Amino acid sequence: MVAEGLGRRYGERLWALRDVSLAVPAGRFVAVMGATGSGKSTLLHCLAGLDRPTAGRVRLAGRDITRLREAALTRLRRDRVGFVFQSYNLLSTLTVAGNVLLPTRLGGPRVSGGDLEAVLGAVGLDGLGGRPVGELSGGQRQRVAVARALVTEPALLLADEPTGNLDSRATEDVLAIFDELSAAGRTIVVITHEVEVGNRASRLVRLRDGAVVADDRQDARVPA
Amino acid sequence: MTVRETLRFALRGIAANKLRSGLTMLGILIGVAAVILLVAVGTGSARQVSARIEALGTNTLTVQGNGVLTMPLAAALADPVLAPDVLSASPVVSAATTVTYAGTDHAVPQFVGTDAAYFAAANTPVARGAAFTADDLARARRVVVLGRTAADELFPGTDPVGREVTVGGALYTVSGVLAPRNSAAGFTDADDIAIAPVTAVRQTLTGYGPITSILVRAAGPERVDAAQAQVDAILAAKLPATGDASPYRIQNAAQLLETQSETAQTFTTLLGAVAGISLLVGGLGVTNIMLVTVTERTREIGIRKALGAPRGAIATQFLAEATMLSLLGGGLGVLVALAGSRFTIAGVQPAVVPGSIALALGVSVAIGLFFGSVPAHRAAGLRPIDALRYE
Repeated sequence: MVAEGLGRRYGERLWALRDVSLAVPAGRFVAVMGATGSGKSTLLHCLAGLDRPTAGRVRLAGRDITRLREAALTRLRRDRVGFVFQSYNLLSTLTVAGNVLLPTRLGGPRVSGGDLEAVLGAVGLDGLGGRPVGELSGGQRQRVAVARALVTEPALLLADEPTGNLDSRATEDVLAIFDELSAAGRTIVVITHEVEVGNRASRLVRLRDGAVVADDRQDARVPA
Repeated sequence: MTVRETLRFALRGIAANKLRSGLTMLGILIGVAAVILLVAVGTGSARQVSARIEALGTNTLTVQGNGVLTMPLAAALADPVLAPDVLSASPVVSAATTVTYAGTDHAVPQFVGTDAAYFAAANTPVARGAAFTADDLARARRVVVLGRTAADELFPGTDPVGREVTVGGALYTVSGVLAPRNSAAGFTDADDIAIAPVTAVRQTLTGYGPITSILVRAAGPERVDAAQAQVDAILAAKLPATGDASPYRIQNAAQLLETQSETAQTFTTLLGAVAGISLLVGGLGVTNIMLVTVTERTREIGIRKALGAPRGAIATQFLAEATMLSLLGGGLGVLVALAGSRFTIAGVQPAVVPGSIALALGVSVAIGLFFGSVPAHRAAGLRPIDALRYE
């Protein structure tokens, strides 16, 4: 995944992103850190094809997704991108399984019952498929959101503060999942405030006022 | 999404806010029920009018004149040579009067004086006793045949045949009772009648002036037009027109039926149109409520779109919900209309037209699709990022 000279302007003058370039080879686990309002979420939305950048472009597997029509972009989000939202964004009227299977029911790749159990098992939600999400704890809901992002086996996983509401043990579980996915060749971009998460990533990008101010490549580690 | 999932989502959406869905459905229900019921009332009314006209017999002609018709003129119309298609021509005099029996008074709005052929021509068979005869007519015998209502009013629980009633100071003997006609369209009761020989009625009640009308019976339904032409020719010779106005008028029962049918059709169309407006208002209710639903579920729409729901899936979901709302309302409206049509409304027994049920149901589905399309397209057109930010 390659982002070149990304810019996103709101209104006449407010640039949330300014000339951000980022090349993430397949199988890398990248953490993006920065203060509130530094443009992290805007960057993630542009990478996911949820928002269109004002300037620059995003290439995913060789395709410039910023030039795609809305329908093609929608298919791309469904089939190739997994997105974990900061506030879970689960549908409270559906069960755990209903939420996890939502992308497949919207026309995405079909998965078997065994695949569902496997993905629920991977995030530690074994046997909870039939539960309404309203009955789950915050940590469990976050896992449902992660499971939903993984169910279509996307090439790119984007996560906005995926461990923000989790205790240290649950955080470790989620990070272990990301490690495994990364080892399996998936590209992962995670927004985080937590140094612990930043440390686990193979690369750490820091944003300030919409621009990249630091990019520690090649398994650089932030001092604890 | 499969059809089943779409329908399940739609049902879930409707069930999520039962009161609101119920009120929206009520709007469609009232519209559909009104269309079916009012069209049924219009049709029922038309049928009653037709039945009444048909009860008179469609092979008859009524000649009316403004004080120019006489007994010899009635006899002339039955001329077998000049009018071969005329079976009979009965002179008719009619007056409203009071009939008294054993201290009981009953006002009869139609005391008819005529000849014996009238019973067959006017399609009024005698159920009990006998009609009067040509001999009774020739001798001006004071005999009378009562309609069912008049008989019931004057002789409750007893057989009137053979008893004597007083009409305008003269005694008449009841010779028979007519079969009920039961065609009480409008405000007149066709059974509240008394029929006596025209000679006797002229002697005792109306005097020897001009007669009211002549009831002509054609030899068959297909010979009515021919009979009308012959009657017209005879009358034109005997009653020359003064200026532009003809002194007489010939009414053809079939023409009358046609005119009445057209009037009834217009009446039914008007009623249906008024009801259609209420259905339209119900449809606007669907749009209104679906717009609220879309606003309420903006975030859900954002989540679905972010996860890859195409425009069509979102639009279909809301269209299905709107259509299901109006179809449920329409279905209940049909049941209400069918229940309502069992009662008499404004003196009319409604006759439900199966076509109006299909039409009303079809229209309610169309309303769901049409009025649901605006909110559905608004939902489908939302940008996922904007919808997700919506609080």
